[in-house]
Amino acid sequence: MQKPILWEDIILDRAASIATKGKQKNKIRCDTDSVAGAVSQRACVYCGARVVLNPVTDAIHLVHGPIGCASYTWDIRGSLSSGAELYRNSFSTDLKEQDVIFGGEKRLARAIDELVKKHPAKVVFVYSTCIVGVIGDDLEAVCKAAASRHNIEVIPVQSSGFIGNKAAGYRAACDALLRLIKPNKPMKRTKKPVINYLGDFNLAGELWIIEDYLKQMGVTVNVAFTGDSSYQRLKKTTSAALNIIQCAGSMMYLAQQLKEQYGIPYFNVSFLGLQDTSDSLRKIAAYFQDEQMQARAEALIKRETERIMPELAWYREKLKGKKAAIYVGGGFKAISLIKQFKEIGIDVVMIGTQTGRREEYETINELVNEGTVILDDASPSELEKFMTEKGTHLLVGGVKERPLAYKLGIAFIDHSHDRKHPLSGFVGAVNLAKEVYATLCSPVWNYL
Amino acid sequence: MLDCTPKEIKERTGGVINPAKTCQPIGAMYAALGIHRCLPHSHGSQGCCSYHRMHLSRHFRDPIMASSSSFTEGSSVFGGGANLKTAIKNVFAIYNPDVMAVHTTCLSETIGDDLPTIIKGAEIPEGKVVIHANTPSYQGSHITGFSNMVKGMVNYLSTASLETKKEQVNIIPGFVNPGDMREIKRILKVMGIKFIMFPDTSGVVDSPMTGKYEMFPKGGTTLAELRDTGNSKVTIALGSYASGDAAYQLERKCQVQPLIIKTPIGIKASDEFLMALMNKFTVDIPPELAEERGQLVDIMTDTHFHFHGKKVAIFGDPDIVIAMTEFLLSLGMKPIHVLTGTPATGGAIGHTVGNFEQEVGEMLKQAGVAGRVKAAGDLFELHQWIKNEPVDLLIGNTYGKYIAKAEDIPFVRLGFPILDRSVHSYLPVVGYKGAMRLLEMISNALLDRADRDAKDQDFELVM
Ligand code: SF4
Ligand code: SF4
Repeated sequence: MQKPILWEDIILDRAASIATKGKQKNKIRCDTDSVAGAVSQRACVYCGARVVLNPVTDAIHLVHGPIGCASYTWDIRGSLSSGAELYRNSFSTDLKEQDVIFGGEKRLARAIDELVKKHPAKVVFVYSTCIVGVIGDDLEAVCKAAASRHNIEVIPVQSSGFIGNKAAGYRAACDALLRLIKPNKPMKRTKKPVINYLGDFNLAGELWIIEDYLKQMGVTVNVAFTGDSSYQRLKKTTSAALNIIQCAGSMMYLAQQLKEQYGIPYFNVSFLGLQDTSDSLRKIAAYFQDEQMQARAEALIKRETERIMPELAWYREKLKGKKAAIYVGGGFKAISLIKQFKEIGIDVVMIGTQTGRREEYETINELVNEGTVILDDASPSELEKFMTEKGTHLLVGGVKERPLAYKLGIAFIDHSHDRKHPLSGFVGAVNLAKEVYATLCSPVWNYL
Repeated sequence: MLDCTPKEIKERTGGVINPAKTCQPIGAMYAALGIHRCLPHSHGSQGCCSYHRMHLSRHFRDPIMASSSSFTEGSSVFGGGANLKTAIKNVFAIYNPDVMAVHTTCLSETIGDDLPTIIKGAEIPEGKVVIHANTPSYQGSHITGFSNMVKGMVNYLSTASLETKKEQVNIIPGFVNPGDMREIKRILKVMGIKFIMFPDTSGVVDSPMTGKYEMFPKGGTTLAELRDTGNSKVTIALGSYASGDAAYQLERKCQVQPLIIKTPIGIKASDEFLMALMNKFTVDIPPELAEERGQLVDIMTDTHFHFHGKKVAIFGDPDIVIAMTEFLLSLGMKPIHVLTGTPATGGAIGHTVGNFEQEVGEMLKQAGVAGRVKAAGDLFELHQWIKNEPVDLLIGNTYGKYIAKAEDIPFVRLGFPILDRSVHSYLPVVGYKGAMRLLEMISNALLDRADRDAKDQDFELVM
């Protein structure tokens, strides 16, 4: 006889990372290291840095390390480009045992030289992986020398996997971006409604949808971080009048730095769901204190809302009362999803993230219904336990969660890199409902 | 996207562009999943483990479980011994597997954690087993990692406990899909030969949908079977790269006779597999398999003119590519570009595991085909070759789709990983049945293309 899995053991060790919304206020433990031996859904520093920087379309993204780290990140981000496609290649120094013994600096320098000759890029990002951190290659020096040899920018990204978690990688990416942004001579900030859009990676072309809304209002997107961005556009960052941030988890630090160093104000927005999208457009129009712009925003919101309402209402009718579980990377997405599900009549009964921050968990706690389970850095077993207990019909997650949901006979939607439809804006609100409906109401579940 | 690949080929020494391989731990993880009730454990930082699970999930579309030692800065300075000990305790307390299969990553290798000593000093519950393999990713590839973990199974588990060997065969199937493993097992059953296949991921990564989630599904080679491998009369290793080492180790440790043959892809390699079994065990080819072979030959004659003289580029894992090249040649095709990302050395430094270039080169020479062959290559280079000498067909894993699109070449997906198609992992490419499936895939790809490109007046009903 096999000993049954002891849920108590899990709960005991992880109790502080799991909470149930109730009368008294819960503080959830987050931002901690995972337990050794746990099956965690988390990724590493390099992963965080790579996902943030990868959408810079005309950069050479060179991974300094053994082959794996580059292999697994080859074109998996799903960020679309309107121009250059260089970022979709996979470049690695493919370190060998000799490099580990004698250091990998020479090989790195050679790799940069060869790549730059082949691909006339203006910027090379060099990512350090765990092993580089341990063997102690002087990335900074190698990059500096290469930069002056080729007269381009070669920027080291300090992303050794073990120095923290994914969130530390976001920060490393932002640091790299700040180096790239830094103007030779101070740029004049424009008074015109020209903004930077932080925290959209143009998955399934989402950036283009938002850019279009803003254009209709009379707002120009200067550069997006980092969806469909390029060296030239990034260089103009400091001329914008305002920064808006969608994915705060990855971009808050950059926004703060841009404020501190260049005086660009910022605020958070969200273009996920009907309500958030409308609110965000209004907030932007209000910021510029331009009545005409505000009127245009209202017209846009009215037109789009009227257009999608009948469709959403239809889905709402079909989906009413279904229960969803959410397990995503960051807190921003989790919060937006709760609101979005409310719009289509779905109750969230379990919600968790890999790297949510304390404030985000507080907001989540305010938004969800009583009895909802909230958890940080969950293991698949925990996800299973709570989804089953709560009678969940649908899971929102990423690659690793999909087969788990299916095995449990639970519907699933991807809200990560593998999604094929834009989920932003008014269009996105309908797409989400459509996707949820397609999986929740599929006849396949009848064959279980 | 690959438009920027220049035609002119220049020597490169700085690294890899668009890899045709990945790192050792993922192979070790996959092999470990082929043990019944086993939890693979990655001794390193979380990222690697997460990437490996993600990649395997994408290929198999099944939950892939593995725990991690979750290294932090402290562990990388002071060593990961404490992490591993805690991990071992936690894994058995929380997930309760029968076996925990630990593999290293670049990080734990570089800081030099001594796994055998750490494991010996760890608290392992009664009746449970911890095995390990060293899988530094700066050597070899995912195939080497697979090989090393299978060798680890032999090191820890195989025991020669009987005076005389049993009339049974050990089969090491190599880094193939569960669908292939099922097919190999079917062949052995039809032949009436007792066997132990290890590892065996069927029933683990292609488990049926029951509405219940099982952390440890029904499949996998059991501990008792793994121990009993030392009592078998012979080991047949399919593919020298992924399976050879373990077979030799089993010979050294338990005096089980090793036989290294090709992965049975295509008619010739399948014949060889059956002949080997026939020779070692006095059995005849059962009518069922003879009939399948007859059907395969029938299909080959029906369609041979589709294939004849067509130029092919093929890349992927060495054992698969070697066998597949042979099959292409038997169809009258011309595999003119043959490449693997896996180097000929791996495992321990400088240790030679196979000889891809020589083996394929020999085959091409005998068939009178002039082609380029390379081990430790990348897809950038393959693309350049194709630009210099175009082909009618490309065969390889999902990453080949970029080249196929850029050069507008019909494309057949074969090998690991296949991330953008489903069902492939359930259906075999090995044995006569598998060869039939390959023929269907190849001829459909070529004929769909002919239909697509045909002018109205050339468009025909029958092809
Ligand atoms: S660090 Fe090493 S083991 Fe980890 S993913 Fe990269 S290559 Fe593979
Ligand atoms: S080696 Fe380090 S950087 Fe690379 S994937 Fe693993 S944890 Fe991340």
